[in-house]
Amino acid sequence: MNAPVIWIIVPLILAALTSLFRRGRVIVILGGATTLLLAGISLLIPIDTALAIGPLSLKIAPSLQILGRRIVLNSGEQPLLTITYGLAAFWFFGAEAAGVARRLIPVGLAILALLVASVAVQPFLYAALLIEIAALLAVPLLSPPNKKSGRGVVRFLIYQTLAMPFILFAGWLLAGVEASPADIALVAQIAILLGLGFAFLLAIFPLYTWILLLAEETSSYALGFILWLLPLTVELFGLGFLDHYTFLRESPRLVQALQVTGLLMLVTGGLGAAFERHLGRLMGYAVVAQTGMSLLAISLGGQNSIPVFFLLLVPHALGLGIWTLSLSVFQHTLEPVRFNTVQGMARLFPFASAGIVLANLSAVGIPLLAGFPVRLVLWEGLSEQSLGVAFWFGIGILGLLAGAIRTLAVLVMAPTGTQWQTRESWQQRMLLGLGIGVLFLLGLFPQIIYPIIANLPLAYEHLGH
Amino acid sequence: MLIEIISWTAAVVLVVTSVGLLISRDWRWSLGLLAVQYLGMFWLVRLHWPLAMAAVKLVTGWMAGSALNITRIGLAKDSNDDEEAWPQARLFRLLAAALVLLVVISATPRVNNVLPGIGLPAVFGGLILFGMGLLHLGITIRPLRVILGLLTVLSGFEIIYAALEGSVLVAALLAGINLGLALVGSYLLTAGPEPKTEESL
Repeated sequence: MNAPVIWIIVPLILAALTSLFRRGRVIVILGGATTLLLAGISLLIPIDTALAIGPLSLKIAPSLQILGRRIVLNSGEQPLLTITYGLAAFWFFGAEAAGVARRLIPVGLAILALLVASVAVQPFLYAALLIEIAALLAVPLLSPPNKKSGRGVVRFLIYQTLAMPFILFAGWLLAGVEASPADIALVAQIAILLGLGFAFLLAIFPLYTWILLLAEETSSYALGFILWLLPLTVELFGLGFLDHYTFLRESPRLVQALQVTGLLMLVTGGLGAAFERHLGRLMGYAVVAQTGMSLLAISLGGQNSIPVFFLLLVPHALGLGIWTLSLSVFQHTLEPVRFNTVQGMARLFPFASAGIVLANLSAVGIPLLAGFPVRLVLWEGLSEQSLGVAFWFGIGILGLLAGAIRTLAVLVMAPTGTQWQTRESWQQRMLLGLGIGVLFLLGLFPQIIYPIIANLPLAYEHLGH
Repeated sequence: MLIEIISWTAAVVLVVTSVGLLISRDWRWSLGLLAVQYLGMFWLVRLHWPLAMAAVKLVTGWMAGSALNITRIGLAKDSNDDEEAWPQARLFRLLAAALVLLVVISATPRVNNVLPGIGLPAVFGGLILFGMGLLHLGITIRPLRVILGLLTVLSGFEIIYAALEGSVLVAALLAGINLGLALVGSYLLTAGPEPKTEESL
């Protein structure tokens, strides 16, 4: 048994297998059950430790050699595997209700495997290549074969591809700066190259236009999956850089840059959401704002930054899943999902309407919802550093809140006499109801996911200790 | 000395092909120029890599071009990538290409100092492809043109990176990315509603 085989090769094989099936339900069961099983294995069976099961001895080896390089998954990465595969199962089980199971699950499994490989590959710099391959695989997911390709997907492809050369060059230069850290000119060159690379990958302001364009062009659920997984992997890759290079980790300028970039993302995302009339684009702005929050969490520094960053993961993925599933429900009957077309729809689609509004409010950090505890910690941390930063954080949050209130107002603005109905399918009702329940559960009892989250930083040798 | 002359010839070929890609309006010419571009790239990569590994770049590039060619042949005649803004567009592109060329000429010695041991022709060839590819990406949104631009950018990057990194895994992944880009391009070119045939009518 070998960890990379279990968590990388098996999902890749399954991705190929599931693409052969035609029935959405079979694909959902296969994909969802496998990812859940993989999450369970990573939770229960430690890597590189012999387990005696009766007369048998079981041990999962941590590494695999491919073309002279190693792919290593240690026990430190297990919480990350549990979270990633667990959340992927959540996305896959909702795929049928969103009507994208046949497209999402085969491609999603392959992307997931590649992104896990990007965390495990050594040297870690090669992750840039794997992320690029994952981005290429995402194109058929974001551009359905029966629809002419739009500007969003083309821009996505350009930005993700351009990122790779910059990061690989920067990585090569970083080896040189380790030998002579006092070379200021070299450090500046590295900063520019790395900054450009990550700006393209993470859709940093002003390079996030593809998110907004795609939010209008494609299935919200498919886009939501990519917007959950791709930035997460890139952020983990970025943390890898900080973990490997001391001068980056200890650079006050990097903290400043992260803070400014994070605030720029949060404020522009928040203000965009406040004035947006297209529900998909509004979700896109919220994703931009949440990427900003992740950057702000990393910029906190000290012992708090990495735990806060990881605390953001689950509420973000859960909220995004509910939000995009609800949007997909609307997209099946109303196109485009603009304010004028969804007006009063809360009476006809109460679950989807509740999903959109509550996911939006969770992104804002309203008490009782999953996003609240971590936003409180983050805001408090930022206010200890600078009141100005905390103020702009508040502006961004206010923008998101304005977007949520406007959406709520439009959705409930039904003509007098409209009867309450539930036009969602039973599957959509069940999934949305369950999701909203978990959103409240995590808001009321955030400590229930803490045992897994607490060990996530251990994947990083320096940052996590 | 002979190698130096051939290397500079390859670099000049890259200038011609990349500018040609930028101004050509016929997709057949574009794909032909791409094939020649990979020949020039092969030679410059060959300076640092063994023949077998450098040949991978050439074969992959040609495979990518073939995939795009086969897809494009199968498409209707009216879905061409011709630009209609002649003569202004072509003139503008030539001027922009000249600007990129000037920037590359001035930057080559500096980059050569930062990345010693690569050699001026490889640095020049790499930068010219990178620059022209970026320019190409900046002025088009059509899928075929975008893929050609991205393949050009990647070729430029690969010429320089070959001197820095000789890993087989990286070579394999980059080959996969080039092929993947071509396949994605083919997918984007063919994506769209099914055309109504007589039978379906």
